[in-house]
This record gives sequence, structure tokens and C-alpha cells, in this order.
Amino acid sequence: METMVTKTGAEIVWECLQREGVKHVFGYPGGAILPTYDALTKYDIHHVLVRHEQGATHMADGFARASGEVGVAIATSGPGATNMVTGIATAMLDSSPIVCITGQVGSKLIGSDAFQETDITGVTLPITKHNYLVTHPQEIARTIREAFYIAKSGRPGPVLIDITKDAQQSSCKFDWDGAAPQLSAYRPDHSPAPTDFDKALALINSAKRPVILAGHGIILSGTTDLVRRFAEKAHIPIAMTLLGIGAIPASHPLNLGMMGMHGEAWVNTAIQEADLLLAFGMRFDDRVTGNLKTYAPNAKKIHIEIDPAEINKNVRVDVALVGDLGEVLEELLPRTNENDRSEWNSYIRDLKGDSAVRDIQNLPDSGHLYAAHVINDLWRETHGRALVVTDVGQHQMWEAQYYHHDEPRSLITSGGLGTMGFALPAAIGAKFARPDAEVWVVVGDGGFQMTLCELATIVQEKIDVKIAIINNGYLGMVRQWQEFFYDKRYAATPLVNPDFAKLADAYGIRSFSVAGRGDVVSSVQAARQHPGPALIDFHVEQEDSVYPMVPAGADLHAMIRRPSPLFETGSDE
Amino acid sequence: MLNTLVVYVENKPGVLTRVASLFRRRAYNIESLTVGHTEKAGVSRMTIVVDTDEFGARRLEAHLYKLVNVLLVENISPSPNVARDLALIKVAATADNRSNVLQLAHVFRARVVDVAPESVIVEITGTEDKIDGLLEVLRPYGVLEMVRTGRVAMSRGTKAAAAAVSASTEVFTDPYSMPDDVSYSV
Repeated sequence: METMVTKTGAEIVWECLQREGVKHVFGYPGGAILPTYDALTKYDIHHVLVRHEQGATHMADGFARASGEVGVAIATSGPGATNMVTGIATAMLDSSPIVCITGQVGSKLIGSDAFQETDITGVTLPITKHNYLVTHPQEIARTIREAFYIAKSGRPGPVLIDITKDAQQSSCKFDWDGAAPQLSAYRPDHSPAPTDFDKALALINSAKRPVILAGHGIILSGTTDLVRRFAEKAHIPIAMTLLGIGAIPASHPLNLGMMGMHGEAWVNTAIQEADLLLAFGMRFDDRVTGNLKTYAPNAKKIHIEIDPAEINKNVRVDVALVGDLGEVLEELLPRTNENDRSEWNSYIRDLKGDSAVRDIQNLPDSGHLYAAHVINDLWRETHGRALVVTDVGQHQMWEAQYYHHDEPRSLITSGGLGTMGFALPAAIGAKFARPDAEVWVVVGDGGFQMTLCELATIVQEKIDVKIAIINNGYLGMVRQWQEFFYDKRYAATPLVNPDFAKLADAYGIRSFSVAGRGDVVSSVQAARQHPGPALIDFHVEQEDSVYPMVPAGADLHAMIRRPSPLFETGSDE
Repeated sequence: MLNTLVVYVENKPGVLTRVASLFRRRAYNIESLTVGHTEKAGVSRMTIVVDTDEFGARRLEAHLYKLVNVLLVENISPSPNVARDLALIKVAATADNRSNVLQLAHVFRARVVDVAPESVIVEITGTEDKIDGLLEVLRPYGVLEMVRTGRVAMSRGTKAAAAAVSASTEVFTDPYSMPDDVSYSV
């Protein structure tokens, strides 16, 4: 018979994290979490000291997205906790499973506006899947077990646990129950009714022009193989959301590429002309649908989704299959007819041909360095096998367009919240999750400066991530909107930047500065060969824009296209 | 269109905030919200009235189910139900007109629960319409103060949503199905 041992709340935190399989936590100490940090010295869990708590949450998020496991971030009360807010919201909107542990002032001080007190469970209420305030040590074990279960199950998401200082300090019998927590009101599992399967199959088998919309849910549920087999059997082309990239190999003949605001023209056209949309683990975000009134007007819609609240939220669907994507596809696959759909697929191939001539890669060499060149060269040099973590903005869209991902979890990016400053810390988390992966940060000069303090974390932890700054001297995407929609009034978008290469030197990071197209490949090669972190500052064309572009709220097929090369060469300034 | 949602929740700290915050975050305006204990220990029942269409109500139900402490959600508007509001109305009433006030209260089956030289307090239970009606006829006398609880509501008949709510059983019922038993207004 096992005798129960007495432990402090702080010790119980680590005991439980260890039992959840946690090996790395990302955090920053402070008064209200100090008992827990003190107890850490007794446990074999690696703590990564960040430079700002926002970084800890993005690292936990990057860790979760790269590994499929729960990422853990830890911070003190008050400012430590509130600094986590952006990272928690980022994880919430991209359904990333993270657990944030924050210290809280002593339970007797709660409500007194004590030093470094904030009601962090109140603050994070709308941006967590669930959160807890723990005031007794005997609640800690159960709470951590529940938090991990909630974060991982169903539609994943962030969970915050706020633990008072006295709960960390006082002791109780430690009792850990490995069984799945009993949460009477929480039901993450759903399965569709048999009649809904019949309805869906009738639509699938009779569709002439179907398109699969592949979302993040495919990657989160690990169903990439099933999706591929389903698509191959029925010959249905696949369009991806930004977070769906990697759900099907870029090189797969049925893979169309990215849809939406900066999706390829042929993809959006195919969606608009489809007679059936099969939405797999995606949520019809406004960035992928454009104007809802004109969205895929002739298509029936089937939505396969784990979260019932997403059904009919943005787009009214004809059939909803609420459940685990893997289970639903296992049911659909054997009953889906083989169908070559050659007419539809060859029609889409023709659409692609028209777009190819407008591709920036096919423009005559003007001597300027375009971001697309950098990304495409990076793709070639890394043989398409790097784990790329991007920030938010123009470079993010160019990465999505010109780095061709063949593996799930090989592109990590902030989709839903569009968090600038995400890339650098998220890449650190991703590197801890997959130490053998070649991790590249692709980041704009604007977003890089939001969290560049984490360069110190990279150095202190001696981790090998490569950083490519796509430096155009502007908040590029905002500038693009100003160019298109605000008559080129570049209010507050030009940036005065430091010398990023010198900055890297100051941190002891190998650096390169590249302004010409001819130096891209050699710098990437040198950075790859350097055993340790490296930073390349790419000075790219300043006023380039991401094409195509669907203006916010416009019809999906009403894209602004890159001017054709014939036109460009014919109009020399 | 007013929808009446009956929401069973775990009786834990912060649950009311979670529910109310969800309505705010999703940009729905709560017309009325009442909370109280149920016959089951640890389970509270909310009656929430919200102005939205049928799709909005369904989306709200789905969002509510995402809250970890929400046990059961039922939109009882499409089915026959009993809805009640309770009001206390303090009316100016002097010796001259007090009997008129008392008579009106009697007609509305309201009770007079306090009498002072210059005022009376009337307690009335009923639908919002009925309370509005009493309020309308009392207004000329001078309504000094009023408090209303907001709507509480229950489906008619023997079908009891609460019976399905327990600590461990699966409780999903089809919230749109009509009750198959019959009951009469009493």
C-alpha cells in the first residue's frame, strides 16, 4: 500500500507537471511565484528563463504547435501575469494547448489591491478555454490534471492556473490520480448522427466541382494521412488555410495552395466556382471567406469540426459533422466513391497557368531583392525541410506563398490573432520541442523589435535557431494597406531600425547583412553551417506588395492581382 | 425576438461571471438574468432572457456548452412554458385613495405587503405583461420605487430538464424537441 507523503503546494506543482510529462517550462520568477521557483531546484524539469513573460507564452505555444504536446509557461502575479495576455489570446485563437501557471498574492490579501495583485482569472476569462484560482494546496493536483486535460481535449486551447502564495507555501498530503478527470459538465467528444453521414456522402458522391478546405484542425488531430487518402480516392483538390499549410504536402498534385485574402487566384476562383465545399477543421474566418454574401454561392457546404459552436457561426452549412476529424473520415472514406473528376481538376490546372506568368519569381531581374526571392531561396537551400516560424505581416504571407511545406507542423505562425512578435519566442519553444529540427525564424523588421529581447534567451540557452529578418524599413503590411486604401499616406509606418547585424553581434549571435540577390544563397548556406544561432538581415525592396489581395470584406474572387510582367517591362520609369 | 434560455451550471465561484461575460464577449444583450439553487446540491439554475433570432440562440447555446461549468442549456421559448417575474411596487397612497390602490392590487391578484401613512408596497407575481399592466394602472397614483426579479421560467409538463442533470450522466437532450406530454395553465 502506498503511503501518501506530505508536500508543499509548490512541490505538488512540479510533481504534477512531471507526471504530465513536462520536461521544459518557460517562465520568469517573481515574488508571488517564488515558493514554486524555490521548489524547482529539487526537480528535474528544465526551466527556460525568458526576458519577458509574453515570450514565455509564445514559447509554450511554439512548443505545443511543434510537438502536439501541452506547452507550459509560468509567471508571477500582477505584471508577470498580465504580460502573458497576448500570448494566451494568441493560443486561444489558434487552438493551441498551453497551460499557464501564475502566482497570486496570499489568499488573505486578495481583493485588497495588494502589491502586484491583479485578478488574472478575471482578466483572462474571455481568452482562456478555462481558468482556475487555487487557494489551497490540496486543490493543486486535481487542478493541474484538469487543466492539462482541458487544454488538450476536444478543441485545444489555453488554460490558466492562478495559485496563491500561501497555497504554494503550505503543505498537504500529495495524492495524484492518473485517471482522466471527472468533469461532469465538460464534454469534449461529439459524434455525428448516422443520418448526417448519409447526407454528407450523398453530396460528396454527386459533386462535380468539390473543393476540400483544409484547416488547422487536420494538423491538431493528426489526420493528414486520412485527408490525403480521402482526397486521392475522390480526386478532390485541397485548398489550405494559413494554419492548414502542411496538412497535405505542397508537392501533392491535389494540393492547390493557400486560400483567402492572400491566397492564390486559382484557389479562390476554384472555391467560388465549386459546387461543394468540404471544410475540414477550419472555421470560415473572415480572412478566408471575404464577403460572406458572395462566398461560394453555388456550393453546398459540409463542415467537419470538433467544436459545435463553429457550426453556422460564419457560414451556414448544409451538413455539419460535429466530431473528431479522424473518426468522421474513417466513416466517410470507405463509403466515398472513387471518382476521377478530371474535368474539374484540369480546369483548375488551366487557372494556375494564368497565375504563373504574374509570379514575381518570373519577373525579369530588376537588380532589386524581393522578399519572395529570399523565401524561395531559403526553401531551396533548406530542401523544404526546415521548421519555419513566422511573425505576422507581409513576410508571413510571402512565406506561405513561397516556402512549400511538405510536412505538418513545419510552419508555425500566428493566424487568428495575428500577433506581431510571435515568431522569435515561438521558434525557441519549437526548438525545445524538436531539437533535431532545423528551425528558421522568418520575421519582419517591425515584429522582430517587439520581442527581440528573447535573443538573450537564445544565447543563454545555447539553442540553434536561424533568424531571417525581412527588412523593408516599413511596417510592410500596414504600408501596403495605406498604399491601396489610404492614398499612400504612410502614417506611422516608416521605421528607423537599428543595425540588426550589429545588434546580433552584441548578443554574441553570428550575423549577416544582405542587400543583393546574389548574396542570399551564400548567406543562408553560411548561417546553416554555423553551429549555433545566426541572424541574417535581408534588406529587401521597400514598397513591394503581397499579391493577390482580397480587400477586407470584398468578394473572394475580386482579387487585386500583381500586374503582369509584360505590362511592367513596357512601362519603364 | 426574446429567447428564454434555461442554463444549469455547477454552483462554483465565478460561474455567473463566466456566463455573463460570454454574452458580453459575443455581443448579445441580456434582457434579464436570474440565478438560484435547484433541487440538486451543487447545481444552480439560470434563466436568461436574450433578444436574438433563432440562429443567434442556437449559437449562444453552443457557446455556453463550451464553458466547462455549464451542465445543460435549454431554450424553452419554442415550447410551452411558464414564465414568471416578481415585482415589489411602492405606490404613493394616502387615506383618500388607498382603497382604490388596494382594489387594483386585488384585481391583479397582487398582495399588499406593507402599509404606511403615505404609501403601500404591493407584491405581484406573474408574466411581465401582467406586471406591466398593474404598473400602468398604479402609475397615476405615483410609483415611488419598484424592483423586479427578472424572468424565471420552466417548461410545462412532466418533462424535467433538471432530472437529466446529475454529476456524472450524459445529459444532452435535443433542446428543440417539443415536449410530448400535455399540461394546463393553472
